[in-house]
Amino acid sequence: MHNPAVTEHLIGQFPDARGHFGPYGGLFVSETLMEPLEELAAAYHHYLEDPEFLAELDDDLRHYVGRPSPLYHARRWSERLGGARILLKREDLNHTGAHKVNNTVGQALLARRMGKTRIIAETGAGQHGVASATVAARLGLECVVYMGAEDIERQSANVYRMRLLGARVVAVESGSRTLKDALNEAMRDWVANVDDTFYIIGTVAGPHPYPAMVRDFQSVIGREVREQMLAQEGGLPDALVACVGGGSNAIGLFYPFLDDPDVAIFGVEAGGSGVETGRHAAPLCAGRPGVLHGNRTYLMEDDRGQIAATHSISAGLDYPGVGPEHSWLKDSGRATYVAVNDDEALQAFHDLTRIEGIIPALETSHALAYATKLAPTMGRDQTLVINLSGRGDKDIQTVARLDGITL
Amino acid sequence: MSRIAAKFSALGPRKALVTFITAGDPEPGVTVGLMHGMVKAGADIIELGVPFSDPMADGPVIQRASERALAHGVGLVEIFAMVQEFRRRDADTPVVLMGYLNPMEAMGCEVFAAAAAAAGCDGVLTVDVPPEESAELVGALRSHALDPIFLVAPTTSPRRMGAIAGQASGFVYYVSLKGVTGSAALDVDSVARKVTEIREHTTLPVGVGFGIRDAASAARVAEVADAVVVGSAIIGCLEASLGDTARGVADAEALVRSLREGMDAAVSVAAG
Repeated sequence: MHNPAVTEHLIGQFPDARGHFGPYGGLFVSETLMEPLEELAAAYHHYLEDPEFLAELDDDLRHYVGRPSPLYHARRWSERLGGARILLKREDLNHTGAHKVNNTVGQALLARRMGKTRIIAETGAGQHGVASATVAARLGLECVVYMGAEDIERQSANVYRMRLLGARVVAVESGSRTLKDALNEAMRDWVANVDDTFYIIGTVAGPHPYPAMVRDFQSVIGREVREQMLAQEGGLPDALVACVGGGSNAIGLFYPFLDDPDVAIFGVEAGGSGVETGRHAAPLCAGRPGVLHGNRTYLMEDDRGQIAATHSISAGLDYPGVGPEHSWLKDSGRATYVAVNDDEALQAFHDLTRIEGIIPALETSHALAYATKLAPTMGRDQTLVINLSGRGDKDIQTVARLDGITL
Repeated sequence: MSRIAAKFSALGPRKALVTFITAGDPEPGVTVGLMHGMVKAGADIIELGVPFSDPMADGPVIQRASERALAHGVGLVEIFAMVQEFRRRDADTPVVLMGYLNPMEAMGCEVFAAAAAAAGCDGVLTVDVPPEESAELVGALRSHALDPIFLVAPTTSPRRMGAIAGQASGFVYYVSLKGVTGSAALDVDSVARKVTEIREHTTLPVGVGFGIRDAASAARVAEVADAVVVGSAIIGCLEASLGDTARGVADAEALVRSLREGMDAAVSVAAG
């Protein structure tokens, strides 16, 4: 699967000093936030080189999050599909049940060093909200989580978890009442409370330095996969697959492999009812570049530049934009982006549960569904790594309802 | 001389009253009449909000105005028609469009600027475009003699102020507080300090907005700034009478009149 797009070193080259990944990314916010974002970028770059900070982060990842997460060979499922050896990067086994905590642990340490006493976050499925509330509880910081009113209805268990952890969950009633509106509201909070408040963005979107910072905190996933592949399989994987909403678990897996042209990279967007129906959340597959939430990236928008409503079975992928680095990886040809529909994701959810005894998140199930198409096209001597980004406990209500069962 | 510069130079000792409404709110038929009505009540410059689905820098009042306008399908094309109609009876009052980048870019910066100028607009304030990202948009605006208006915030450093002053024309818009539009925590002393600082970097007039909601606060800001910008309070009048548009418009115009009187009284006291 040699990729001719990889002709130069990509790692460490992007973004530029003002946050650009080629034509994407950047800093599109109102003036009030420009100086605070520059401060954040400076602090981040400083602590990224600070051995004490890195040691504390590493210690937290090991003893609080539970890293490294295993790379598990899904034997039965691989045999069933009849192709590549499938390996699952078990981010679902992290504390709080998803990859999100890798980033919140990092940003919370940064918040404390910057002297901030209050944490705010946006959340879609609730995983990032839970991961933010968790680190805030541990560090004794006040925490407010903004969540779309529609998402609060479909993820009630996570809402309760956040409240147990001491966070205040604010229902966002504006716009489409989902993740994008939660992000708007968190940004409004931040602009009003920027002196004492640290905004933990949960994905690789938002204004610079968030896309780069979140990527760097999540890249522990790909770095571990590299080491584990070399140790367990004796070589690098042939292909990587991850689901993409904002794209943080995907970039975390992909980034350390960008300079390996023989590793094929696939990002899987939420096709909803089908990309052709318009009811989906797949900006890379069916959108066009625009500016939202502080960065330039592929967006779902109408022909007059208004952001379009999205649809996905999974709240965590129900977002009209995507991290700017993904937009750039798409245009450069280094990564391939595809979409799978709600039905296909749901099937993969059931399959993995029954065949491997692992209940995956509905977000993750999109990556699994694409793997069921990709694996049979690969040889038995080839390896396919899927980022099992989160566990599905939070989704059993949704799945039961779709199956016509009331719990 | 641009219409904005001409307006400021014609003011004499008076301070400019800049009134903001969202185009198409509460319904498209109201906007042009309200623009004329506000001018008659004492507004010097009209800011027309371009509705956007994700108004990140706006408080709840302007968010809801944006949603009402979008529900009526109001976008840039309709707004250009409104400005064109306004210009038939008013050749002097500057009109500034205020909005977010994505709808402008979706039209194409060049096409947008050409159409805005042809319709009779005078300036454009794009909330989510700082000077660092403004090259394409500002180039297009300038080539059509439109003034790019930029924000300065309480957090803006002297270094950034210099960069903003280098890009801005028309006037500089100082955001009087850390927060979204319609917040209420105006601190006139700190506004006065910051306006003095801004004047070290530019000779452009300095307008102050965010958090000014009545004649008293407008009067206090008029003592320290060249222009006073009021938005959410005017839209609040329209919103309070959604079932009775005529009454909402009358209330909005009455508010503009009282802002005008408050500002003029403050300035004449200061001069006397």
